[in-house]
Amino acid sequence: MNILEAPSEKLLAGIRKLLAEKNIATEEEIAERIRITDEASPARGAAMVARAWTDPEYKALMLRDGTMAAEAMGVPMRGLPPLGVLENTAELHNLVVCTLCSCYPRAVLGYPPFWFKSAAYRARAVRDPRAMLVEFGTTIPDDVKLEVVDSTADYRWMVLPRRPAGTEGWSVEQLAALVHEGDMIGVTIPHAP
Amino acid sequence: MHDLGGVSKFMCEAVDAEPHALNDFDRAVDAIRGILGGKKVMGVDELRRNIEAIPEADYLRLSYYQRWIRAITAHLLRQGVITEAELIAAMEAE
Amino acid sequence: MLASGTTVRVKLDWPETRGPCHIRTPHYLRGHEGVVVRHLGDFPNPEALAFRRPAEILPLYHVRFPMGALWPDRHGDNTILVELYETWLEAA
Repeated sequence: MNILEAPSEKLLAGIRKLLAEKNIATEEEIAERIRITDEASPARGAAMVARAWTDPEYKALMLRDGTMAAEAMGVPMRGLPPLGVLENTAELHNLVVCTLCSCYPRAVLGYPPFWFKSAAYRARAVRDPRAMLVEFGTTIPDDVKLEVVDSTADYRWMVLPRRPAGTEGWSVEQLAALVHEGDMIGVTIPHAP
Repeated sequence: MHDLGGVSKFMCEAVDAEPHALNDFDRAVDAIRGILGGKKVMGVDELRRNIEAIPEADYLRLSYYQRWIRAITAHLLRQGVITEAELIAAMEAE
Repeated sequence: MLASGTTVRVKLDWPETRGPCHIRTPHYLRGHEGVVVRHLGDFPNPEALAFRRPAEILPLYHVRFPMGALWPDRHGDNTILVELYETWLEAA
């Protein structure tokens, strides 16, 4: 039997054992890596969005250089892929996908969600996005252009959604709490309750 | 097979928007990938190329991180970082 | 170097038929025309990195395609913005 066809759990157990024995990846390193990875979550991206909504200079930075904008918020970006930010406007809605695999702006959003990695999402986003978005509860009006951004190479992309109406005078913390993971990929739109 | 943009077979499939939290297996595989990347043992392009080499039926059947561990294994074997004999022994010992 | 606004065609090439490879140009764009939006930077060719071969540094562009032109059954003014390496683009 082709060893690659062994059950995945067994492969992982065997690989882990060998990598530890060879000092390539010890259990301590794995635990530490998991801990560091868990520090990234959509809260990071939401904080960036909230700041952009209240600080025009930061917004300009975010659109010009997403990597620097993330670092300005304390997100470690060294050695990571460059971050690009796509602005939603009254005329344009952006939707991010990676049709070839699942490239995701992990530094600012954390692990990619299951649906982002699914065949259905990857197939439909570039061919039937409006109908697909309806399944997420999102309707893009006909007079709003939709641009689907396929992450095929070195950049990772996040969406800067529009600030919801009815949030005048809100603090950045209150604003950040409105911004969810899907809003920064473009499958949903933030709104004030 | 991995090149899924617009592929007709999936156009009528609803997107499963349930959260599906990661389990220990997923996190461990993800961490190993990151460590191997940081140590230049396996780059992200090498990971992807090995995922892409998974036969279609298996590609669709395996979960995201199951594809990863298979790709990681293929790469480590091909690069001689581990041998098949070592791996079989390690798997049997667990 | 391709200037913003240049119309380009994605090469109608299928390296997949010639042996193991790693291609980051989606099949659905091959042979299609788009417009260069901007130069994103220069990066090592993933097609070579995937096989641990020396990788040429290539210009990477954001190129915009009208979605309606890509699919036989869809129309409408959605667009697709894709990162493409210069080696895959030719003058249209």
